[in-house]
Order: sequence, then C-alpha cells, then structure tokens
Amino acid sequence: MADHSITDRPTSEQAYRPDALAGEDIDAYLTRHQHKTMLRFITCGSVDDGKSTLIGRLLYDSKMIFEDQLASLESDSKRIGTQGQELDYALLVDGLAAEREQGITIDVAYRFFSTDRRKFIVADCPGHEQYTRNMVTGASTAELAVILVDARKGVLVQTRRHSFLCHRLGIRRIVLAVNKMDLVDYDQATYDAIVADYARFAAEIGIESFTAMPISGFKGDNIAGPSEHMPWYAGPSLIEHLETVELDAADAQGKPFRMPVQWVNRPDLDFRGFAGLVAGGTIKPGAALRVLPSGKTTTLDRIVTFSGDQGEAVAGQSVTLTFADEIDCSRGDVIVAAEDPPQVSDQFEATLVWMDDDPMLVGRAYWLKLGTQTVSASVQEPKYEINVNTMAHLAAKTLTLNSIGVAEVHTEKPIVFEPHADNRTLGGFVLIDKLTNRTVAGGMLHFALRRAQNVHWQPTDITRQDHASLKNQAPRVLWFTGLSGSGKSTIANEVEKLLAVMNRHTFLLDGDNIRHGLNKDLGFTDADRIENIRRVGEVARLMADAGLIVLTAFISPFRAERQMVRDMLPAGEFVEIFVDTPLEVAEQRDVKGLYKKAREGKLKNFTGIDSPYEAPENPDIVVNTVAMTPGEAAEYIIRQIMPLK
Amino acid sequence: MTRTLTHLERLEAESIHIMREVVAEAEKPVMLYSVGKDSAVMLHLARKAFYPAPPPFPLLHVDTTWKFQAMYALRDKAARDAGMELLVHRNPEAEARGINPFDHGSLHTDMWKTEGLKQALDQYGFDAAFGGARRDEEKARAKERIFSFRTASHGWDPKNQRPELWNLYNARKAPRSRNGGESIRVFPLSNWTELDIWQYIQLENIEIVPLYFAAPRPTVERDGMIVMVDDERFPLEGEEPVERSIRFRTLGCYPLTGAVESTASTLSEIIQEMLLTTTSERQGRAIDRDAGGSSMEKKKQEGYF
Repeated sequence: MADHSITDRPTSEQAYRPDALAGEDIDAYLTRHQHKTMLRFITCGSVDDGKSTLIGRLLYDSKMIFEDQLASLESDSKRIGTQGQELDYALLVDGLAAEREQGITIDVAYRFFSTDRRKFIVADCPGHEQYTRNMVTGASTAELAVILVDARKGVLVQTRRHSFLCHRLGIRRIVLAVNKMDLVDYDQATYDAIVADYARFAAEIGIESFTAMPISGFKGDNIAGPSEHMPWYAGPSLIEHLETVELDAADAQGKPFRMPVQWVNRPDLDFRGFAGLVAGGTIKPGAALRVLPSGKTTTLDRIVTFSGDQGEAVAGQSVTLTFADEIDCSRGDVIVAAEDPPQVSDQFEATLVWMDDDPMLVGRAYWLKLGTQTVSASVQEPKYEINVNTMAHLAAKTLTLNSIGVAEVHTEKPIVFEPHADNRTLGGFVLIDKLTNRTVAGGMLHFALRRAQNVHWQPTDITRQDHASLKNQAPRVLWFTGLSGSGKSTIANEVEKLLAVMNRHTFLLDGDNIRHGLNKDLGFTDADRIENIRRVGEVARLMADAGLIVLTAFISPFRAERQMVRDMLPAGEFVEIFVDTPLEVAEQRDVKGLYKKAREGKLKNFTGIDSPYEAPENPDIVVNTVAMTPGEAAEYIIRQIMPLK
Repeated sequence: MTRTLTHLERLEAESIHIMREVVAEAEKPVMLYSVGKDSAVMLHLARKAFYPAPPPFPLLHVDTTWKFQAMYALRDKAARDAGMELLVHRNPEAEARGINPFDHGSLHTDMWKTEGLKQALDQYGFDAAFGGARRDEEKARAKERIFSFRTASHGWDPKNQRPELWNLYNARKAPRSRNGGESIRVFPLSNWTELDIWQYIQLENIEIVPLYFAAPRPTVERDGMIVMVDDERFPLEGEEPVERSIRFRTLGCYPLTGAVESTASTLSEIIQEMLLTTTSERQGRAIDRDAGGSSMEKKKQEGYF
C-alpha cells in the first residue's frame, strides 16, 4: 500500500538550495522562479514527535532563517530550549508568549519556504486534543498532510486522530513520516513494523493510499536528499516528494464550472460584472451558464480583468464575468455550467466539528456560511458523535468543544451545494453564533436529504397582503417575554380585550396552553425550550400570514430564539414586549407555586432559579409591572403599537 | 488541458478574494497605506480586485510626520493614480507635544502609530481595515488569522482567535455603539513572502519608493545603524553626514529605519541581494527589538497593526 515509487528525481542538494543560481545569473533564476507552483501542506503529530523541529529544519535548510534570527535562536535554545546545547528549532515556530513559556504549540502557525520548483506554505498544527479546532483550521486549506510518528513510539492515539481529521477534511495526500530514526539506530525492521501498523489503520478509516518515509528532522536524514544512514530506503526524500506530488488544482479544473458570486461590480450603468473566485472547472466566453438558485440561464460574454479580457478562466482564479443577458444575479448566487448544475436543498447530513466553549444547542438558529451564501440554519440532535481516538460511534445529545459528530442541518432557505468530497468550496461551511458572532463550528456536507428534494413550496393566489386587507389591519406578532409570574399572560389578555373592542382580529397563544397540545412532547431542557419557541414562532408566522394580530405569552428566555422568530417575519411585524418584573417580585407573587417547588429542588431547569433568563437588550416596548397595573400596562402597549394599518 | 497556476497567480487570486469578501460584508472598510512596498502591492491588488471600478474604500495613512520625503511624494501620486480618496491622520496630541524619535524613544511609535491608528479608526468609524502585514515577517504574525478580530478597544486576543476554515471568513461583529465598536483587521498579504512581493513588483511593474534602490545618500551612523539624514530636523551631534551608496529593505520613520550599504539599483539586483543576504528584513527596524522575544505580540494586543 505504501507508495515508494520514484518519479522524476532531482539532484536533491542543488534543487533544494534556493540561492545556488541566484548568485550567478539572477535573471535566469527569476524566470525559473516565476514559474513555480504552490503546495499548501499541514504537519501534524503528537506532542513530542518533532513537528516544530522538522519545520525549523526545513526553514533552516532552505535558508529561510537569517543570521539575526539564528543568533536569537541560539540564545533562546540555551535559555529555554529542550534540546540540551543543540539548536531547538521549535522555538522558531512557537511564536506566542504562552507557547514559549509552556513549550507547546497552541495555535496553527503558517511558515513559508521555497525551492526551485515550488513555494510551500506549511501549517504547523498543535497536537493536543484540546487544540483540535486549531488543527482543523490548518487542515482545511491543506492539500497534503505530513503525519509524524516517533520511531520509538510507533502509531499512537494522536496519530490516528490526526489522520482521521485530515481524511475527513478532504486531504487526499498523506505522508507518513517516521521521525527520529536516528534514535532507533536507523533500524529498517522498526520502520517496516510502523508502516504495516499504519497501513492497517488507514484501510480501516478509508485512506486509500499514503506515502511512507523514514526521516530524522533533527539530523536531517531524508529531508533534502537521501540519507547515508538508511541505504535500505530507496524512496524519495521529503522535499523531493513535496516538490513532485500532483496538485489538487489539476483535478479541480477538470470538474464542471462553479463560481460563487462575491460581489456585483457596477461602476456605471453600462457595466455589470460578477466578481468571484472560480471554485471548479474552466470556462470560455460563449459558454452556456446557469445562475443558481434561480435557475435562469445565459451566456458568458466577457472575462474581465485589470490586465485586459481573458480568453479563459480556470479553477483558482479570481475573475469578473459579464453576461450576454440582463438576468438577476447577486452575492450568494452561484454561476455554474448550464448543463451540469449542482444541487439546491435545505436539509442535509453533515459532519460537524464543534469549536466553541459553549456546546451546540439543538434547534438554535446559527448563521451558516458556505461559499458566499449566508443563511439561518439549525442542527438536529446528532446521529452520533465520533470518538476521534477509537473512531467508535457514540450516542450524543449535543456536541461540545473539539467534538466531532454527524447530524442533520436544516437551512431556512435552500442553498446551492455539492458534497464536500467533490468540492471543498461548495461543501464546506462554518456556523456562526448570532449573538456572540464567534465561529462555533466547521462542517462538511455529505448529501441532501431526500425529503427536502420532494417537498416544494406551494404558491397560493390569495396573498398575506390580501388576508390583511380583508381584515382592514396590519398583521403583528406582539411577543411578550419575561420571567414566570411576571404577568405576561395577564397583560396579553388585557391587550387582546382592548383590541377586540377596537374590532381587531387577534389570537392569543399562551405558553401553558400550547404545552398542553402542540408542544406536549417537549420538556424544559435548553434544547426543548428552543424547539418550543421555534414551533410557536412558526404558528405565529402562519397566523400573521392569515392577517391576524398575534399575541404570545412565553418566558422565551433566550435572546437567540426571540431573534429567530423576529427573522421569520417581515421587518416591523415582530414587536418584542419585555414584561419587566424583578425576580424577587415574581417569586413573591408565585401565582402557580412554581418558585416554591423550584427552590425546594422539586422542579429542575426553572428560569431565574437554575436556568438563565436573557433579558432583551433593545426591546420594542418595556412595561414595568411594579409601577403599572395590568390595565395600565395594556393601555400603554396599545398606544405604542397604534395605528396598526 | 490543465493550466497550472503559478504561486504568484494563486497568491494574487487569494488576496483578491479576501478583499472582495471584506467589501461585501463590512459596512465601512478602509485600506491602511504606509507607502512601503507591501502597501504598493496591496494597493495594486485592490485595483485588480474591483476593476473596472476603483476600489470602493479610501486609503488611510497614519502619518508620524517623520517619514521620508520620497514617501510623501509617492503616497499622493499613488492615491491619485488609483482614483481613491486619501485620508491622512496625525495624532493631534503627539503633534502638540512634539513627539519625535530622537527624544521620546518607543513613545514615538506608541503615540504616532498605535494611538494614531486607533484614533483614526474610531473617528471615521471604520469597521474593517486592510493591512499589508505578512506572516513571514514575525513570529506573532505567523499565528494571526487573515481576518483578525479586534475588541472595541482594538485589542487582539491571540489565545482566543476565531477558527478560520477553508476560505470562509467571519466578518461579523457587534453593531457599533457610542463607545466605538468591534472591528476586523484584514491581512490580504498574509501568505506572501518578501521574495513573492519583490517578484510580483517586477512582474507587474509596480511603482515603489525610489529609496528601495541604491543611490548615494547623506548618512550618519547611530548605534551601529546607518541612518539617512532626510531633512534638516535631524539633530547632528557635531558629525558631518557622509555620502554612502545605500538602499532600504523596509521603510518607516526615517530616523528609525536602518539602511544597508548596497549598489543594487535594479529590481533584479535587489532580489539577488535579498536572496544572498544573511539578515532578516525587520532587523533594520528598531521597533521590534525593545521588549524581548514577544514584543510584536504585545504591541498587537495593545492595538498596533
């Protein structure tokens, strides 16, 4: 299984030294260097496998370390190094103060070196499980992974975890670098056993092929050229392999054309161009194109660039396209080959890597960003979590920091996508928390769920506008939020009575009543509370579509879900009313005796006691129930929401 | 038939993609323009990204009043050529107190550059700012994301960076309030090296400040550094400026920027010299050396670019 073939082997020492020719004929050197290609790769391994040492060696051997840096490296090595009196290359790459203090890599670092043939971007990634999210960051942009194994220790749990993650993130070129061969007397049997062990594991997780090599990053064996210590190894050195391995780009150009639209360029009325990075395929003017999700077709007119029109655009280029016809196209749309379009769907199965300290909340609305599309999306309860050390599938209710699982993802609007295995751009996404704006997860789409493809939106002839006009009113959702016992239901009831007197068509959705029917299957965990509000939001939306003024009385403790309902409705229809009652007052009232039970521990997850209430930051209306009677509060609300037309 | 993209074509495509994402997602972006070679490349890429429109954001120069005269000349010309608005900000407090690199040491950088930058961003309400920093320049920069989130007080938290997967950038931040707002610093040249920059300048014929090319210039030696006497404000301590054939690998405030003795007067010769040199680019800059191993990380946490 290990591929030891030698292809087009350069004389290594010369090929590796970037300045060999530079000193003699600089123009010939520059011409050659203008035609270099680029390879992005990741190095991973466990804590002491010698990753940073290897990268330090690559930089040092390719003269990317300068005298002043070497001088500070020498003094640092003696002061805080871990290699005795020898140079500790790790100190070159571990750049953050915390990393140097603790002697570990925390965040991914990007390093650069170059040979005559290629420029390399190395993502140096941490090995600790607690920094998995940082490793995933580094792996997402890599085409190749160098998996380091300490020859004395063999394939470890971490080796498996890193290999699995690289494979899941779509890296198809794996190098197994058996490092520290100098410490096992360059023994072939040791090396062979490790390679055989890894081959078994690779086959188990679906890695189709890998390239193995014995090296010593510290001593330099099989890094730039063949090692005199290991005549039994006939394969390429690490650099030779990196210089000649085939690039993903070639593959991407053979695929159907895809370009997510980033930005519409409209400098004047005569020019309308669509700017983007080509994510797949090749295209020429005159080609038949389709714009998704609308499905409208047109013909490619021009490929516009600063240096003049191009006759062709290929995967990996940033270009601006113009169409032969005036058709709608904007950011988030995807321009594709007309005869070979990708799918459009709103329900998927996906692998998720959770990256935030706050665990995933089932049903919560997050922003999902895929290519240039950003939509509201929620994740269902995971089908399973994957133990990244054993690859076992575990039952899971949620995902927490650094955990990986498979779950259904539902988007609020259909998105254009391809399976991640086919196209990283159209299959890779991130989830962003709507309140903290943190990137909380990375995901890889597997496929669309069949039911999404078979359920179509049914357009109706009587519009929501017609419904509202017949009732001679503007629809509203008056959303009352506040602690249990704050007076939401009482005040909502008063408001509805006043509206009825004014001949308005209304409906009151009350928390307790809904939980007797529609939502009787739900409890009071965070996930159930979110689903409770989602359903109520959907019902309220249907009623607003029917032209009604809807009043809802739910604790609705989380800002994110109140925002989710606001986002479901046309601008201005959602009115957030904060029934502001201090906890002490609500607890004192304790109309239903619930606070007493919660304090006695007989009632779990009670808002205000052992479950949080996130007060609105910018409510549309606030009523203070200490200062106002329910009747006064209702009249105040009516004054705020009139005229309702 | 596959058309293999060169490393410079791929770097260019990535930088352009980054700039377009910012323009599509930020409310009020700006490009920090320091007139150096990296800024020149960044500006050139911006013109390419939005062609035939001019780049839809202004250039901002955080001035210290101590840049080389040749830099001021090119700055105004480059903005004009690109059809872009040029904003120049000088920290009024530094100006009033006459902060200068001769008398005030690191306070000079702190007040003119770090504080000046924060003032300018707050004053105009920019929520995204492009900078020309590269990851190969310095260890802390090697660890920084392309979209680098900053708190409302412009701080960087290296231990809590947003994961940045594929080429999906998260430009979201809290809405601005009266006390300023969160912002994003964006580094479109993150993956370029010094050699890439020079090769690209040559390939694309980009205009750069003549100080990068060797020429006879008046100099004095200070603390082992060759410094150019660029104007009459330079306090000579009895010495007579000596004419030397020098050039600069990096450009900042002229009293703080060390020159190298050189005869390289063409781009090819500059690149050749760079490839054969034995010291790193930022060595000529006093700014990196004043706080031990992690001075740049500290400066960034305080809001430096």
